[in-house]
Amino acid sequence: MRITEHPILDFQRGEEITFSFDGQELKGFEGETIAAALHAAGVRVLGHSQTMHRPRGLFCAIGNCSSCLMVVDGEPNVRICVEKLKSGMRVETQQGKGCLR
Amino acid sequence: MLNKTGVPTAEDVITVSPSEERLKQGPVAIIECFQEIPCNPCTEACKQGAIQPMEDINNLPKLDFDKCNGCGVCLSRCPGLAIFVVDASYSDTEAIVRIPFEYAPVPQTGEKVVGLNRSGEELGTFEVKKVQSGGQKNKTYTVWLVVPKAQAMDVRGIRLGGIRHAK
Amino acid sequence: MSKVKEIELLIIGGGPAGLSAATAAADLGASVLVLERDAKTGGQLVKQTHKFFGSKKQYAGDRGYQIGNFLIEQCEKNPKVEVWTETTVLGIYEDGVVTAEGQGKHLKIKPEKIIVATGASEKMIAFPNNDMPGIFGAGAVQTLMNVHGVVPGQRVLMIGAGNIGLIVSYQLMQAGVEVAAIIEASPTIGGYLVHASKIRRAGVPILTSHTITEAYGQESVEGAIICKLDEKWQPIPGTEQDLKVDVICLAVGLSPLTELCFQADCQMKYVPELSGHVPIRNKYLETTRPGLYVAGDVSGVEEASSAMVEGRLAGVCAAYSLGYGNDVAPKLQAEALAELSELRAGPAGQKTVQGIMKLMDKGGAAC
Repeated sequence: MRITEHPILDFQRGEEITFSFDGQELKGFEGETIAAALHAAGVRVLGHSQTMHRPRGLFCAIGNCSSCLMVVDGEPNVRICVEKLKSGMRVETQQGKGCLR
Repeated sequence: MLNKTGVPTAEDVITVSPSEERLKQGPVAIIECFQEIPCNPCTEACKQGAIQPMEDINNLPKLDFDKCNGCGVCLSRCPGLAIFVVDASYSDTEAIVRIPFEYAPVPQTGEKVVGLNRSGEELGTFEVKKVQSGGQKNKTYTVWLVVPKAQAMDVRGIRLGGIRHAK
Repeated sequence: MSKVKEIELLIIGGGPAGLSAATAAADLGASVLVLERDAKTGGQLVKQTHKFFGSKKQYAGDRGYQIGNFLIEQCEKNPKVEVWTETTVLGIYEDGVVTAEGQGKHLKIKPEKIIVATGASEKMIAFPNNDMPGIFGAGAVQTLMNVHGVVPGQRVLMIGAGNIGLIVSYQLMQAGVEVAAIIEASPTIGGYLVHASKIRRAGVPILTSHTITEAYGQESVEGAIICKLDEKWQPIPGTEQDLKVDVICLAVGLSPLTELCFQADCQMKYVPELSGHVPIRNKYLETTRPGLYVAGDVSGVEEASSAMVEGRLAGVCAAYSLGYGNDVAPKLQAEALAELSELRAGPAGQKTVQGIMKLMDKGGAAC
């Protein structure tokens, strides 16, 4: 959910764009992180752990912890908390350690 | 105890309260700052010279109630939002309590709000007499509440109304 | 073979310490390159909506993000300061070369002097299901809310009543999110009491001597069980409470991000008062590796106001050692040292003062 009224901050958002998440079309703003766009759309489960299949989501949101790795435009292990959203991006949950082509 | 609960005790509040007489004379600042931390903007905000400049910025502020005219500039500048202004001369039965406010939505003049004490307990419904903006840079609002005189030293907060979000 | 870029002063980290160092050094005439791994400089300052403390010299009364913007502007205006964002420093080597990754390229830099101002990162606590979506570090909540304008959830349990726990709770309330409670394992509130007071008078409980025993939920957090602790910090049976929350925010302390200092062979020491392993340094913030300085939380977790002053001090010292500012540097150094003493003079600064004394293994005054 996005904040529309804030007592201190004025959010300057970029242009509204679309991207896909596991085949589903979602909207976001150009220049925000993929993580922000997914959270705004209500998506908090970003993947599952390899062996025990435990749900995984954001933790640090600043590129330190590796909790948010997803496949973006075919590239695996992308830290979506620091990766910026672009129009038409294809975001997918990663299975396992990712496939490097 | 303040450092366990975050709530100043009655004893704490007495240390910063003016006399009954002074309260009756007109608006006066109540600086509810009880911990020595490095901070001194209140001393620079006061144009009346009522808050003594600090030799050591960790000192607690010292307010001269007689020099204070209750203008409220210190209230809107305090980084800890710890200053209030009380005007017990407002009417025979009521006083004005001015509180700093930094939430959205901001209450409107004439609106009725639920007033809270320092522990967050509800004290009643009170009318908003006036709302002053702190300006573009400061952004801290001052909300004036009309309260029964007996509660002037207790009402210190407002039950938050919640914020409208886009879905 | 890619070229090595030779420069005078390299500053690693573009937060309050790094930016203050850049301006201070450049004002004396040094050429400065700041490398910042994030898309923007300003560090954690740009997420702070509250008014800062300290005195006028540390911009007291201004909001954190306003101070951040001011520091960023100062660097942008200064022709001797170059800033590369989205550039991550990878290593500091024996031969003096610093490598970095930026724009997909591998970079090599040879600075004459280095200031490491990499800040700190969040600690974690152990409890069942602490890996679920909906459990965030406090910084993550700030990033989502104050940078991206997205709420982390509807109802939050905040763990930790230090300044970060109190401030982030307040920011959640400002963003319209309900804070169910702030819990703190120790018997007292660690943060500034004025922060605690403003939260209490908005109706949010602060429960000291409480801890979380578990989080639960199917695919993400749906609730948490908390309980009271006795004087020996042991859970008291029967005091469990079930809080229905969809966000658990951990504000349980920071650890200095000192990997580069370790790699650069700085002598390190574990000082609990400074929140972890920190490099041994003299009062001018120079470490045991000559020409390598530290400033800000990496030198010991403290506050933004002291980070800015340490940055200024390190910037002046580095520039002075390069031969700049011979007439004014000693005065600027003395001023910065005096400001640090002033900030740390009260009870709130005692922990840092003791930590620095331990670090420098000296009796008497430390700064």
